[in-house]
Amino acid sequence: MKIFKSLSKRYIVFTPILLVVVVAQVETYSQLTTSGTFGAAVRLAIPILLAGLGGLYSEKTGVVNIGLEGMMIMGTWFGAWGGFTFGAWQGVFIGMLGGALFGLIHAIATVSFQVDHIVSGVAINILAAGVARFLNVIAYEGVAFASSTASPRIQGDIGIFTMPFLAGGKIGETVTPNLIGRVEDLNIFLVSDFAGLMLGFLSNISYLTLFALILVPVSFLVLWFTPLGLQMRSVGEYPAGAESLGVNVYLMKYIGVTISGALSGLAGSYLVVAGTGTYLEGQTGGRGFIGLASMLFGNYKPFGILMGSGLFGFADALQLRSPQAVHGLLIVISIFLLVLTFKAFFEKKYKACVVSFLLSAAFLIWFVNSTSIPNQFVYFTPHITTLIVLSFANQRIKLPEKNGVPYKKGELN
Amino acid sequence: MKMRFRLVSVSAPIIALTISFGLSSLILLIIGKDPYETFKIMFEYGIRGKSIVSIINRSIPLYISAIAVAVGFKMGLFNIGVEGQYLMGALVAAYIGAQFSIITPLHILFIIIVAVATSSLWAAIAGYLKVEKGIHEVISTIMLNYIGTGLIAYSLTTIFDEPNSNYDLPRTKELPETGKMPPLNKFFNIEDLQDLHGFLVIAILVGIFYYWLVWKTTLGFDLRITGSNPIAAKFSGINPNKLVVIAMITSGGFAGLVGLGPLLGYFHRYTIDFPTGLGFAGIGVALLGRNHPFGMAVGALLFAFLQRSAQILDLNDVPKEIEQMMQAFILLIVVVFYEVIRRFIVKQQIKDASKRTDE
Amino acid sequence: MKLAINIENITKTYPGVLANSEVSIKVNSGDIHAIVGENGAGKSTLMKILYGMVKPDSGNIEIFENKANMSSPKDSINLGIGMVHQHFMLAKNLTVLENIILGIDKPFLKNIKLSKYKTEIQKVMELYSLNIDLNQYVDELSVGEKQRVEIIKVLYRGAKILILDEPTAVLVPQEVKDLFKNLKDLKNNGVTVLFISHKLDEVLEIADEISVMRSGQMIDTVLNDNVSKTQLAEMMIGKSLPTPPARLTSTDEKVILKVENLKSNDENGRTIFEDVSFEVHKSEILGIAGVEGNGQKEVVEAIIGIQALDSGKVIFKNNDIEEQGTRERLESGISFIPEDRQLQAMIMEMDLTNNVIIGRQNIKKYKSSLGTVKMKNAVNESEKVISAFEVKTPGTSTLATALSGGNQQKFVVGRELEDSPSLLIASQPTRGIDIGAQALIWEKLRNSRDEGLSVLLISADLEELIGLSDRIIVFYQGKLVKEIEAENITPEDLGSYMTGLKK
Repeated sequence: MKIFKSLSKRYIVFTPILLVVVVAQVETYSQLTTSGTFGAAVRLAIPILLAGLGGLYSEKTGVVNIGLEGMMIMGTWFGAWGGFTFGAWQGVFIGMLGGALFGLIHAIATVSFQVDHIVSGVAINILAAGVARFLNVIAYEGVAFASSTASPRIQGDIGIFTMPFLAGGKIGETVTPNLIGRVEDLNIFLVSDFAGLMLGFLSNISYLTLFALILVPVSFLVLWFTPLGLQMRSVGEYPAGAESLGVNVYLMKYIGVTISGALSGLAGSYLVVAGTGTYLEGQTGGRGFIGLASMLFGNYKPFGILMGSGLFGFADALQLRSPQAVHGLLIVISIFLLVLTFKAFFEKKYKACVVSFLLSAAFLIWFVNSTSIPNQFVYFTPHITTLIVLSFANQRIKLPEKNGVPYKKGELN
Repeated sequence: MKMRFRLVSVSAPIIALTISFGLSSLILLIIGKDPYETFKIMFEYGIRGKSIVSIINRSIPLYISAIAVAVGFKMGLFNIGVEGQYLMGALVAAYIGAQFSIITPLHILFIIIVAVATSSLWAAIAGYLKVEKGIHEVISTIMLNYIGTGLIAYSLTTIFDEPNSNYDLPRTKELPETGKMPPLNKFFNIEDLQDLHGFLVIAILVGIFYYWLVWKTTLGFDLRITGSNPIAAKFSGINPNKLVVIAMITSGGFAGLVGLGPLLGYFHRYTIDFPTGLGFAGIGVALLGRNHPFGMAVGALLFAFLQRSAQILDLNDVPKEIEQMMQAFILLIVVVFYEVIRRFIVKQQIKDASKRTDE
Repeated sequence: MKLAINIENITKTYPGVLANSEVSIKVNSGDIHAIVGENGAGKSTLMKILYGMVKPDSGNIEIFENKANMSSPKDSINLGIGMVHQHFMLAKNLTVLENIILGIDKPFLKNIKLSKYKTEIQKVMELYSLNIDLNQYVDELSVGEKQRVEIIKVLYRGAKILILDEPTAVLVPQEVKDLFKNLKDLKNNGVTVLFISHKLDEVLEIADEISVMRSGQMIDTVLNDNVSKTQLAEMMIGKSLPTPPARLTSTDEKVILKVENLKSNDENGRTIFEDVSFEVHKSEILGIAGVEGNGQKEVVEAIIGIQALDSGKVIFKNNDIEEQGTRERLESGISFIPEDRQLQAMIMEMDLTNNVIIGRQNIKKYKSSLGTVKMKNAVNESEKVISAFEVKTPGTSTLATALSGGNQQKFVVGRELEDSPSLLIASQPTRGIDIGAQALIWEKLRNSRDEGLSVLLISADLEELIGLSDRIIVFYQGKLVKEIEAENITPEDLGSYMTGLKK
């Protein structure tokens, strides 16, 4: 009974998942749960995950970081330049440094100069865009395949890893049987879909992806089980109190914000490496902000951020790979809204009940009267997913107590 | 005493400009260009007669965009969505405005109303999301920008596209003559230069209205105290939720006017080349001008000047993108110095107060 | 070792303020030594210097007979000084354990040895008879428990000198007794206690020696046995302590405010308050007593319209006002002095002229038919308030933040009273301000009451509450548990009702 209770509380999470799996049984929408889609989802989720983790480090120390997008842009440019000039891994590292540099600028503005956090973040985004454009023009003078908005390709690649046996990876030169892949091909309800999910995580995974995923438990350990993490969190909760115990508040904030810049920079490098291997103007596409959304959705916890970014990555993957499948989402949304209608009815929230019923009907009509969604709409799937997710997730969010409040040393006075 | 503090405040942008010039010179030197020559060329190009008209034209949408952003800032709201709001307003206004023709003043008024209504509505979504769902407006307005872009792209290629056109790319039907804003050249005896946009008049009116609204009316008063201290505002009887929605709608309304300068002045239709980026540029101008109607006017002219004068740089083998760097530097530095100076002024006031009361 | 602390000729100035002027004091090791003085006397500054948060301009300090130069709290901690602040320095969302061990380890990436810390802290708790659950989150603790955490925090770091800044300001009489027992235990274990307070009765009960400060100077240090309360009071302010002025007139019969069965739950379904019913008459001050967090603040906010009500009626001047918004209530004759003047009553970055309009922006006096603000009227009103309430300021265009706390409070009280309201709700109206301002506010409240004003008064200062109120109602765990005439009760009894000991 208890399991049912906690499950039903999480219905917001489970219902859509179940619905998606059901709809995926239909041939046209099968792409919803293939390993190809999930693999793409992982790839697309990683930058959002990294940005979200970056946001976490910053906000845990009490500094709001809207500039994640700009720091990511620096990651893309420096990552591409480093990759072109030196090599793929060096590029990744240099991309991190680029992001960290801008993180440092944000720290200086907000911590030492007490500038409003959001104003500084907005200014950083504008600065990053300008710097990226300018650097791209002057760095590649005379180089082929470069324009003002794109850079030449990086040298080399980050290696890719496929798990042997489970996912058909190689041991030495021999290709091993793809066991989970076979399960997926069997098309058994739920089991095969789950197999697709697993395969997405186990085949053709970049080493950088593994690194990013490891950062999740690492961040959890660092923030909650080390003295550094404790001092960082104390600074976001009660800086005056922390200072009275000898904690160096400014230093902790600097560390938090710079790490957030580095992680955003890493996200940017990842975009380059996992994408076209070049810097492209606008390639971040708002992912810095979606990263912030996943941080909110994940309630400021690393594993929650992983879930959130996974969700957004999934939406992104669908949009890129199978617009057809996005059409299938329409009926998922319609049915989900119907469920909400019933819930609102039982809770006697009649206005909400009527609204969700009308919306449910609207989506149903749209679904029935079309075979696909115009690709201009498909393009903003992740963005509208962000808004929808945030609308539902906001109830239980626990911000660090003094988040966004500028702190002046000696404020005890 | 107040005058003294005002003068001190003005020093912030001047310092920012100076440091920005310094940094940009440094960068120019690093890439092997002569800073003095570069700035000289830019300046000379910028003060030419034709350039001045162009600069004023460019500054009009920048100014209005800054005002849209500033209305939000005054309330502590960050309307980053001016970009999406103005584009939507311009598209809908371009389409509807081209469907009929009435005498010019009325036609233009109608177009303005349509644009403002559209953009306010789009902004209201963000306001609603903030009030009902607690979603921070920075995230929601940015997401709405992307969604808006998608909607615009879709409707431009389908329902708003000019019917029976041989033109390859999608665009709306051209506005009839009555829907075009006449230029102001004959009032200034500059018939030989290009059109000075008539929308300048509207821009000035907008500035005056903004000043009156924020500093003279009770609504503006409520806006400002909510921006300063939302808790005290609540205790003083203000309904913060209502005010958030009003502020977003007002901000969105101003945003709708941003695209009309270009639309009524020379574009006369909405195409895929319609000027973008004005929403973001407006944020910069608002920050630079510190949300003050006069300061933002100066800021808009300054940025417009930089944009225009940089155009000549390509012909002189200097990357014109240096100008974007300069804008960004100015922005970041001015924001820091405004804060520094604000604290200084407060400290001074405290000193003055305790000095005087000891007597 | 005889002297724990030897301070010689410490001077510290801030812009426009001489906080400490040639202050000297000797504290014997193992003593409980009290420092008394009114707000603004310089006690806090002296403590901040001792704790390394502030550097003196000149003077010497010796700790345990060694010259000491403290430039940060860490230095003081290393010398064995521990400070328990008046406003607890605890992070709400961290556990007790995390709060205690914060800052002990250098901020590196090694593992925190949780079990080792736990055992060590248990030992300290046993030694000093202080008990608390280490795994609780601080925001779940009571006020007394939080204070205990603060004390354990400093003792764990090896504090041999404990500085307590106004420790009893937030405690009820029973908790004060517990605290004093703890202090005596500490003294028996060789800890020196430095105790800052302005509550002379308590000081006389617990301290061995008492030092008096006034206007930044150390007046004298005396043995507890050799001094009386009146003598101390006279040293503190140079004249005798003011008491709230005596009751002159009696309450009217007419009921101005009536609340019936007010009930409100928070978003988790927990009751904030329920079954709350009371009346306030014309020409009456109704005092509300209650430990912080027992629902009284929320009831008052519900009357103003800021706290949502699940059920119940609020009837003001015979009109049902539960459906009205805050603005309408304020405009119909209710004035409100919120408990946090800087956060809730004023806009710090704006000048006094603008601040006088707050709470009444939409009345005819300040809003024209066009919707513009009538600044001239605001200037006049502000000047009226400044003069009637003796607010020390260069003028009405001074920023609110430039005023001292007492003057800010006087301005707020003046703004609310000058409106001639029918009902005034005052929450902690004299908290943290100097005696002169306090006396003025008491006088003005009394006068207005005599002229017909109804007042709802919340105060943690039990003497103020009993002195000013005609009747007092007590809140405990969200319910009204007692109603009594003020002249029939003592602070001790009131404290018992507030903590549920008496029914």
